Amino acid sequence: MEAAVGYVSGDADSLLMATELRLGLPGTDDQKSKTMFSPPATPRGKKRTADAFEDSAAAEEAHKADDDVEVAPPVAKAQVVGWPPVRSYRKSCFQAAAAASKSKANKKAEDATSSNKTTPSAAAPAAANANGGSFVKVSMDGAPYLRKIDMRMYKGYRELREALEAMFVCFSGADTAASNPSEYAITYEDKDGDLMLVGDVPFDMFSGTCKKLRIIKRSEATGLGSK
Amino acid sequence: MRDAADDSDSPPSHMSEDSDGSGAGAGGDTWAPDLRGANGGNNGRWAPPDQVLENVLESVLEFLTAARDRNAASLVCRSWYAAEAQTRRELFIGNCYAVSPARAVQRFAGVRAVVLKGKPRFADFSLVPNGWGARVSPWVDALGPAYPRLQRICLKRMTVSDDELALIPRSFPLFRELSLVCCDGFTTRGLAVIAEGCRHLRVLDLTEDYFHEETEVVDWISKFPECNTSLESLVFDCVSVPFNFEALEALVARSPALRRLRVNDHVSIEQLRRLMARAPHLTHLGTGSFRSEPGSSGASSVSDLATSFAAAAKSLVCLSGFLDVNAEYLPAIYPVCANLTSLNFSFASLTSEELIPVINHCVNLRVFWVLDTVGDEGLRAVAETCSDLRELRVFPLDATEDSEGSVSDVGLQAISEGCRKLESILYFCQRMTNVAVIAMSENCPDLVVFRLCIMGRHRPDRVTAEPMDEGFGAIVKNCKKLTRLSVSGLLTDKAFAYIGKYGKLIKTLSVAFAGNSDMSLQHVFEGCTKLQKLEVRDSPFGDKGLLSGMNYFYNMRFFWMNSCRLTVKGCGDVAQQMPNLVVEVMKDHPDDEGEVDTVDKLYLYRSLAGPRTDAPEFVNIL
Repeated sequence: MEAAVGYVSGDADSLLMATELRLGLPGTDDQKSKTMFSPPATPRGKKRTADAFEDSAAAEEAHKADDDVEVAPPVAKAQVVGWPPVRSYRKSCFQAAAAASKSKANKKAEDATSSNKTTPSAAAPAAANANGGSFVKVSMDGAPYLRKIDMRMYKGYRELREALEAMFVCFSGADTAASNPSEYAITYEDKDGDLMLVGDVPFDMFSGTCKKLRIIKRSEATGLGSK
Repeated sequence: MRDAADDSDSPPSHMSEDSDGSGAGAGGDTWAPDLRGANGGNNGRWAPPDQVLENVLESVLEFLTAARDRNAASLVCRSWYAAEAQTRRELFIGNCYAVSPARAVQRFAGVRAVVLKGKPRFADFSLVPNGWGARVSPWVDALGPAYPRLQRICLKRMTVSDDELALIPRSFPLFRELSLVCCDGFTTRGLAVIAEGCRHLRVLDLTEDYFHEETEVVDWISKFPECNTSLESLVFDCVSVPFNFEALEALVARSPALRRLRVNDHVSIEQLRRLMARAPHLTHLGTGSFRSEPGSSGASSVSDLATSFAAAAKSLVCLSGFLDVNAEYLPAIYPVCANLTSLNFSFASLTSEELIPVINHCVNLRVFWVLDTVGDEGLRAVAETCSDLRELRVFPLDATEDSEGSVSDVGLQAISEGCRKLESILYFCQRMTNVAVIAMSENCPDLVVFRLCIMGRHRPDRVTAEPMDEGFGAIVKNCKKLTRLSVSGLLTDKAFAYIGKYGKLIKTLSVAFAGNSDMSLQHVFEGCTKLQKLEVRDSPFGDKGLLSGMNYFYNMRFFWMNSCRLTVKGCGDVAQQMPNLVVEVMKDHPDDEGEVDTVDKLYLYRSLAGPRTDAPEFVNIL
């Protein structure tokens, strides 16, 4: 299912400890003090022993909580599998939104969520599809079902556009409007969950970052910028 | 709101822990022989039971519904055992591996409803490796022939394939209710078979199930019978694929009994209004995206939407959805707010400014689920308005350890002061103090469920930098009805000493990154006499702690230990000494040559079925 951050167990710790930089408080036991720069696989919880841990960790955590003193340059804590205990189903709804709102300072929450939120669809299994291959879903507004295409099959934007037109011609025909290709715009959802217009970046870059394709009516495309 | 609960295992009765004794079995030790057909059946070993007395007994036993009570009744004597086995209508299996399907089916002849739970809860957090088990197939194979009159199936955390779903209409012509919670393995193809085949279907509830990528989405909504249906509840917000809206609208129009409808995020406001017009008597509504159709010229105005809600105000009590909410439309729900007892905003990223006006209208709210974007100020509004609140859940928008966290001890304290009747709380935060937790323990003595998740690991009191021992200690001491507890933050053995000393009613305990030594586990085992489910992760407990539970494991449904300090030998000792316990151990990296003797995951559970035969390679059953 999900790719998990694994744990490196037991004895590897002592080897790592010997080579690691440490910023423990003065006077704390070298053996027992926690490392600031934990390599991703090291389980922080495991390395603890009772007493010294409490002192050093408590003081350090208090610092962190108050944001008074940066003891060290900010190091992202190694993400632990399944912590905080929020269901994957729920997490996948907000991962995109959270990342976007972090990077965009002081943007209204509504804007961030409306443009960046992924649909609360299949959980992390779906999110991890990048590992599997290059198939991406293609949806079209008004079509009853989606399609999937293999991004590796196309060398450039023109081929992609032609393939999509061929695939979805049956649906646009049902519309009262003429099945005119320029009626529609092709957009895609990138790694951050943003809805982007296809065609801006080099095709290779696009095929690497594209997670999902969406064919929308041009009339909606004009509103893209304000979303 | 989900009735078949997810995190809390509390409502409704058919998923409730209180319905559970020891799975299907009573006591979990030796079994009395099956006594089916005892009325009239005279095998000469004892006098035939008095027929009249037995009929009376069976009539009386009809009133016992909770499995726990029934288990107790079945232990009185053989004839009570037989009568109870004949009259049990709901079979509750809290752990699908605790008993074999054949055995359950053999004992209970008249079952009309089956509740089955599969994977342990830690599976929700990716701690149970893929392919671990909990397939429903052996159960479906057994239930089919045995219970042709089966009406209801509820599955939680099980793997159900489309083919297995297809067996339901075939095996059970009277089938009425299907509820799948946190399940996986099926697609819209399976749903189509259910819709088409189960002509008497009343309830189809799909709650937080995991949908696989589908090559082709089936138009399952169109498969419901053409005539009027008996549908009372249709919940499919987790089936997040586009569907045939016209078919849904028509379905709702011909389902006069429909009271609960929760749609997925592919339903716009305009479509929602159409549905609401077709179903004026809805009590539970999941609003879908709560956003206008993109680019549509006929976008509803807020007042249009408000009119729709005003029409529903008399009946609507539970509102959820808001899966892609456009906050401008929120005022449209004001007409129903005063009547609402349950409101779920936990998928709606709304600021406190957007939420507070809504909250201010919800004077009768009993259940409130929300994201932490509500902030401490929003929680203060809840405290001021919702004096009747019984259940609060605050989920994190950004569920990572180093996130900002928008709620804190301030919000918790405010809630405790305003919502004195609080019974259940789930609270994700980054900053907490003992003072606030103690305040809650004193202000809310009715607490049954207390789950506090301080997301930063090992985080102490924000103000005093002390461990959170005193806070949790106060909770177990003052909240005398507490049955479920999840702890977090910096905790020492002292916290567990408190839990053992005062947590006499605790049935479910979740521990993560806590404790100093094996004494913690010992305190819990020795003190929490009602303990049923214990989940521990990343805590410094080893074999000694595990062994301290030996005398108690048979009283529990399961014990899960993840990334602690167990060894294969320690777990093996337990397996050896306890024959009715299944001890499964797993390693995170099975190929890792380094540490052969350590155990990454331990899952032990009592079972009458012995070691299971469907365990995958990475599971080692000792």
